[in-house]
Amino acid sequence: MIQVIFKRLLMLVPVLIGITLIGFLLLQVMPGDAAERAMGTRASAEELAEMRRLWGLDLPIWQQYLLFLRDCLTGSFGVSIFHKKAVITLVAERLPFTLGIVALSTLIALVIALPFASLAAVRRGRPADHAIRQIFVALIAVPPFWLSYVLILWLSLRLGWFPTGGVGEGLAENLYRLFLPSLVVGLSTAALIQQTLRAALIDTMKADYVDTARAKGLRRHEIFLRHVMPNSLISTISIIGVRVSWIIGGTVVVEKIFSVPGLGSLLIDAIVSRDLPVIRGLTVFFAIMVVIVNLITDILYALADPRVRLE
Amino acid sequence: MQVLKDLLRSPAGALALLMLLATLLATLLTPLLSPYDAFALDFGNALQPPSAAHWFGTDNFGRDIFTRVMAGAVYDLRLALICVFGPMAFGVLIGLVSGFFGGRVDAALMRLTDIVWAFPFYVLVLAIVGVLGPSEANLYIAFFLVNWIGYARIVRGETLLIGRLEFIEATRVLRFGKPRIMLRHILPNAVTPALVYSMSDVVLTVQAVAALSFFGLGVQPPAPEWGLLIVESIDYMREAPWMTLFPGLAIVWIGIAFSLLGEGLSVALKPKG
Amino acid sequence: MSLLSIRNLQTEFRGPAGIARAVDGVSFDVNPGEIFGIVGESGCGKSATCRSILRLFAGATARIVGGEVILEGTGDLAQMRESELARVRGSEVAFIFQDPLTALNPTMRIGKQVAEVIRRHRKVSRTQARDAALQLLRDVHITSPERRLDAFPHELSGGLRQRVVIAMALALQPRLIIADEPTTALDVTVQDQILRLLKERRDSTGTSIIFITHDLGVVSQICDRMAVMYAGRVVETGPVRQVLDQPSHPYTRALLDALPGQVARDRDLTPIEGSPPSLIAPPAGCRFAPRCRVARPGCARGAAPALKPRPGVAADHLDACILTEVPDAAA
Repeated sequence: MIQVIFKRLLMLVPVLIGITLIGFLLLQVMPGDAAERAMGTRASAEELAEMRRLWGLDLPIWQQYLLFLRDCLTGSFGVSIFHKKAVITLVAERLPFTLGIVALSTLIALVIALPFASLAAVRRGRPADHAIRQIFVALIAVPPFWLSYVLILWLSLRLGWFPTGGVGEGLAENLYRLFLPSLVVGLSTAALIQQTLRAALIDTMKADYVDTARAKGLRRHEIFLRHVMPNSLISTISIIGVRVSWIIGGTVVVEKIFSVPGLGSLLIDAIVSRDLPVIRGLTVFFAIMVVIVNLITDILYALADPRVRLE
Repeated sequence: MQVLKDLLRSPAGALALLMLLATLLATLLTPLLSPYDAFALDFGNALQPPSAAHWFGTDNFGRDIFTRVMAGAVYDLRLALICVFGPMAFGVLIGLVSGFFGGRVDAALMRLTDIVWAFPFYVLVLAIVGVLGPSEANLYIAFFLVNWIGYARIVRGETLLIGRLEFIEATRVLRFGKPRIMLRHILPNAVTPALVYSMSDVVLTVQAVAALSFFGLGVQPPAPEWGLLIVESIDYMREAPWMTLFPGLAIVWIGIAFSLLGEGLSVALKPKG
Repeated sequence: MSLLSIRNLQTEFRGPAGIARAVDGVSFDVNPGEIFGIVGESGCGKSATCRSILRLFAGATARIVGGEVILEGTGDLAQMRESELARVRGSEVAFIFQDPLTALNPTMRIGKQVAEVIRRHRKVSRTQARDAALQLLRDVHITSPERRLDAFPHELSGGLRQRVVIAMALALQPRLIIADEPTTALDVTVQDQILRLLKERRDSTGTSIIFITHDLGVVSQICDRMAVMYAGRVVETGPVRQVLDQPSHPYTRALLDALPGQVARDRDLTPIEGSPPSLIAPPAGCRFAPRCRVARPGCARGAAPALKPRPGVAADHLDACILTEVPDAAA
């Protein structure tokens, strides 16, 4: 098992290098002067020159890339102009909060999607199924940042149940404070998971071994909980794996609104303060996070399904 | 067209078309329905709740929200359609070529899309716009750079599938020119799932555009873009919640319409027989 | 006194093309301790009939619309509430499905699946159930049963998996086991082993077995009595030797003529022309008439003929052909 994981990691290396390359190139985007574009035509020649120096734009492109690659390999991912610290240090400070939202929102998404998907699958084709589908269609249509404000308006300001954001000390308080932002991300993720989960459940319910279970005299709920659900959940793991990129992206939006000092707000701040090394390093870091989470998902899947060997 | 008829037959498709028609009518008829200008300031009437005079109420500058939301519809839809169908055209082409010719070109392309796919969409778009600077043009650049990939992958997959079907083999044997095979025979079928996907893409793009405005990275005020309308409303959220409510509902409305349209399309476009 | 008594059973299946009455007036009896074979072409309703006994319709929209399924000492299974029927399933009447490769839950260990049926119907501890499962695996002659208990289904061959399924069926010593083509998906050598296993189990426990198959050779090998079905109805029933050696119904004869092998060695192979009728709108009269070599005009009219004994033949050998009333008319 360990060897297989190691092999997978090794196979990832070209992908990771590719990520640094693409991340680098995407932000070089157009020919012409990035500094001028970012600062506008009102900036003076000195300001532009200074910007170019800070961003390292005065070097040839391939050199800039190699420097960046070196930064990635050494783990620093660049040095922030604004904070004067390595990008990775900033990331380390803020990663727990983002991970907290990712984990909590995944949990919320499952808690919401599971019962509704189950109900829709069991009552397939009937009114309940259609109603649930409509609800979730509407859910996807709700823009997360608007929803954030609506929830703040309602649950925080009017009802006072939750704080409007920020983070606190200790696990319990953070869970409490991170609940609303996680709820927002969780709701839209749930909308995406529910549909696939319902299909997986319907598929599993058609399986022959479900027939066998019925022939054994097992009752409906016993069959559902012991045979249908566990097998469908296994495929849910891979569904979530696919959506990880989406979940992580979703945190970017809510972090600013809820004043959570996570990676998302770091990105926004870097953009506002024109901190190119942070923008670049952080973007690459995000992609690497997605890749690693996908690997973990694959491993979990292999552990859960006895038929699968991690090739 | 046959597709339109099939679309109307499914409840989702019919409802979607109805919603879109209503939106279209409302937008076109706004000059008739509302005497106000989307940009006219009227401080005397600021922060009025919805009433007969102002259906959606007024904002902090006294501007009629209904008019602004309707104007925003034009804005957002134009943005979304460009940011979806532009990349789609490009992506479809790339996917078609990649799937059809296969070999190293295909392998390289798939590598590329795999890598870009790892970057969370929002992160990438934000980063690109962040580096380029906020403006509508840069918004387009960011979306064009990122959004084509989904389409390329879908169409490539479909092309590979279809390419193996016998009737395509027949056209190859008959020595139809390659572009002809691609365009006349494969494209119409391969494009179908891409079209369905584009509907959900519109929904997400409208949201993304709004989110970018929210961060000040997209469209700039005083454009009546829905995201901006929401941003501007935040300070007044407590006294005038209608300022936040209606633009958001507008986004939800369009989102539902296009989601339903996607559902209807996936049924209507299914190959018969 | 028969163990299972099916009288005029009718089951409807709703499909995209309409409502089909796959079981249309089926009657037969199964006696205690006997192996009862049901044969017929694909789609004749043999599977549907047996699934109707336990109402195991596997997601299809189906319901029993007439008739009775009387299990001696328990009552009419067709009328029973679902919760009561669930208690009958697995403990008094067990069902073995056709495909052993998909009949077991791939993510649950074998031992747990066997123990599951025990714990469902009896109040026993986990250890007791596990021990019982172990013994059951031995009863079906699975080697190294202790190891197999913790194995997953995909680690076992098709033949072994079918043995596990049989073990699950035997677990609570049911009075009746329904086996729906249990050997069709297995290769010939394994088939033989499974057949012998079933026979042995019947001999030692006295359980009855309903054996569905399209293979007359198998019927000849292990069944005591049999029924021949066509288009949702039983056309002939009786002791196996009687039916196979002296078939009454033209369909049975045609079947025997069409098949090579041990049953009818000295005859030429003659395929049956045509195909079975639709069960959504079945024809009037005898349903085999359109394909029958000896059909008369009167055959395709009126109600479908009922099963009745034939003059000069054993009293429990019944057929549903009006022509057999008259000796030699169906020769």
